[in-house]
Amino acid sequence: MSVRHALLALLSEGPKYGLRLREEFEAGTGEVWPLNIGQVYTTLQRLERDALIESEDDDERDSPQKRFRITAEGQRQLAAWLRTPPDMSSPPRDELVIKVLVAVRVPGTDVHEVIQAHRRYLVELMQQWTRIKEADADRDLALGLAVDAELFRLDAVVRWLDAADGRIKRAAAEPPAPVRDNLPKLRNKTGATR
Amino acid sequence: MSILELRQVSKVYGQGAAEVHALRDVSLDVGAGTMVAVMGPSGSGKSTLLTIAGSLEQPTSGQVLVAGHDLATMSRNDQARLRRQEIGYVFQDFNLLPGLTAAENVALPLELDGISARKARDAGLRALDALGLADRASGYPDQLSGGERQRVAIARAVVGDRHLLLADEPSGALDSANSEAVMRMIHAACKQGVAAVVVTHDAQLAAWADRVVFIRDGRIVDQTVPAPGPESLLRQDR
Repeated sequence: MSVRHALLALLSEGPKYGLRLREEFEAGTGEVWPLNIGQVYTTLQRLERDALIESEDDDERDSPQKRFRITAEGQRQLAAWLRTPPDMSSPPRDELVIKVLVAVRVPGTDVHEVIQAHRRYLVELMQQWTRIKEADADRDLALGLAVDAELFRLDAVVRWLDAADGRIKRAAAEPPAPVRDNLPKLRNKTGATR
Repeated sequence: MSILELRQVSKVYGQGAAEVHALRDVSLDVGAGTMVAVMGPSGSGKSTLLTIAGSLEQPTSGQVLVAGHDLATMSRNDQARLRRQEIGYVFQDFNLLPGLTAAENVALPLELDGISARKARDAGLRALDALGLADRASGYPDQLSGGERQRVAIARAVVGDRHLLLADEPSGALDSANSEAVMRMIHAACKQGVAAVVVTHDAQLAAWADRVVFIRDGRIVDQTVPAPGPESLLRQDR
């Protein structure tokens, strides 16, 4: 989440002082994602310049002591941002997928052992997130939502490893199919360049 | 204290060419108050591990100790008593008796163990109450939701003073909120000193465990190491 939209969201609740915004900004993310707090005041200045927020008085006080409110245009941009799906059509370069694809080709490599090393690491991470959920998620909705997102994301990777494990095992048990040269090529899925 | 101990347990089904090694040299130690998850693909032997741990099946070789008792040295009657008094089971499909209410289902293992109906019923109600199901005590299984049924099954598994809880895919077809509730309950039972073994292929369930062991082709191939505190995931920039 950009600092810009986070600030618009916090101001959509009502007018706030710069210092207060900074404090809420730290708390509002459930402390899960580290964010650059240093950008809060410069972003406020830019939002004011772009007329998405306005300060309540025109004196020369600096940002921490100014009180800001969101403008109608700011509300509109915030609403539009909330409803704009993030780009998920071209996934980022996935290092884990690359490692498994490479492991299949490196002679003398036990791919299942490679997969297990990654699986264990992911499950250990999930154990840590679950400890956090167990302790705090009932009291802190934002944290609960963020931890769930992380758990589902890691879970999806574990499932992919499980599927890959099974697929590689079956492939080893079956004779290789003749190579076809008209196979569709995946674009950008693994960051591989051709 | 060790509640469940498997020492080099192997299990072979069939003979000769049809021989299937379901478990090979599996050793596992589960202490009081500990939850261990067993993860592995289907056919990896994880359910066999659970039935052997619960003395529902005998290993081909190796030793199984429950609460310090070596199952191999016990008579069938003593094993049955140990199962009733020490071990609770939770299955994927709940296995509640349809003709009995929630309270009666939970009280049943105690009654089978010779405890008076009244005492068993009181203990059953207490177990249901502890899992937030007091108001469903007189409901029959078909009147309960899937999540409620599984909570009743967990109440039945921990009723009395049992020390070992064995669960096979305990969240079965439940949605994620109910699955989490089930895992929270098993976790809470462990905090009271119960040792639990949860067999699952679901990493989100396994992540509730103190330790996750990975099984493949009948062998334990890996396990998680105890996690550092959650601080390591939070406030990484400060």
